[in-house]
Amino acid sequence: MFKVRVIPCLDVKDGRVVKGVNFVNLRDAGDPVEAAIAYDAAGADELTFLDITASHENRDTIYDVVQRTAEACFMPLTVGGGVRTVDDIRKLLTCGADKVSINTAAVARRSFVKEAAEKFGDQCIVVAIDAKQVSQAGEKAAWEIFTHGGRHPTGIDAVGYAKEVVALGAGEILLTSMDRDGTRKGFDIALTRAVADSVSVPVIASGGVGNLDHLVAGIRDGHATAVLAASIFHFGEHSVREAKVYMAKAGLPMRLDP
Amino acid sequence: MSVAIVDYGSGNLHSAAKAFERASRDIGSAEPIVVTSDPDRVARADRVVLPGVGAFADCRQGLDAIAGMIDALENVVRKKGRPFFGICVGMQLMAERGREYRVTPGLGWIAGEVDRIAPSDPGLKIPHMGWNTLNMLKPHPLLADIPLGPDGLHAYFVHSFELKPSQRGDLVAQADYGGPLTAIVGRDNMIGTQFHPEKSQRLGLKLIANFLKWKL
Repeated sequence: MFKVRVIPCLDVKDGRVVKGVNFVNLRDAGDPVEAAIAYDAAGADELTFLDITASHENRDTIYDVVQRTAEACFMPLTVGGGVRTVDDIRKLLTCGADKVSINTAAVARRSFVKEAAEKFGDQCIVVAIDAKQVSQAGEKAAWEIFTHGGRHPTGIDAVGYAKEVVALGAGEILLTSMDRDGTRKGFDIALTRAVADSVSVPVIASGGVGNLDHLVAGIRDGHATAVLAASIFHFGEHSVREAKVYMAKAGLPMRLDP
Repeated sequence: MSVAIVDYGSGNLHSAAKAFERASRDIGSAEPIVVTSDPDRVARADRVVLPGVGAFADCRQGLDAIAGMIDALENVVRKKGRPFFGICVGMQLMAERGREYRVTPGLGWIAGEVDRIAPSDPGLKIPHMGWNTLNMLKPHPLLADIPLGPDGLHAYFVHSFELKPSQRGDLVAQADYGGPLTAIVGRDNMIGTQFHPEKSQRLGLKLIANFLKWKL
């Protein structure tokens, strides 16, 4: 039967984990591969790397990280950040990524989603949506797409955009609330539900997780099929396994393989 | 002695090769794992693995693009009867035809075709993306020592299409996703998994190890 996925996300810059990961005694807390191995052992259902390398010269560092991860971890891996061309996707998949996540490039050029899905199959094309609420209290809820880490408004409606990219071939939506990201107040449930109920593909809820109840709410109330979190796992507050056991106790179908 | 992993530009080639190398080390196998696009090496291999991700037609095209590869596969798998393992679209290609985007002929090794999955529960999302348990329909050497059933280990699936065998006897295992889905097909020396053993942690490595030990 269908199982909920719990997905830790690592920000990677110039081949190193940003801020480090401190939940187990890693020899090198900044090595994404070591973190991936630890998450694999902890029962993570997938892993996501978000490459935030700024300079063009260092872009190749992510390929090395993905390749080394695929050699050590036999679990699904999604890579996002700076994916702009069919060639970027090909390189990441060849290195061992299972899915790539496209953000700004899809906003700028929707047909890129179609090209990518036709070339590599819709199952490996994730479209990442960063959204902020733009409606005021009392108005019908509305969210707008923002790019560049939430700094650039686009005027594009998030729910409409999600439907559009799914029609073009996106196989999954990674939905981040820019209002909640980093706040630890929980997912934007209304946003998650509005998008999840509008598309036929899986939706990953992201942004704002501060405790394990938030993960449960993302699935139960937000209708997401997967949850993504970073800091609650990276700093050892909760292990992935603890989160999954908690979610199972709340009645959600979880994979609890030993 | 060699295990040939067919390189025809499939996206999961690297991961598949690494998982086979790891499983091979785990069991102390002496058979080298060779990633190759050379039809002669495929034809001479003792075991053959066909990975595959993406669209059926695109993968078929990739195989056709290598002169002699289809003949080499026919020769080593069908004539010589060497153990064969198809993964995901590599498994779907074993069917007579695929219906993704357009009708495309498969290798025709398993009677049946590849069609869109249609879960009875409309709330279930497509692609079927994530972990699922396996229900065994008939025992198979590749499933030895793997805990199966609802309380067993999980396998990782990512797909919108499935192989529907026309002969029930070719079905080795199913997964449940709003109804039964084909998870493993098998016939004689051939086995194919819809899920990705190279991404299925313990279950995957064990299955691969069993394939490397498979004696016909």
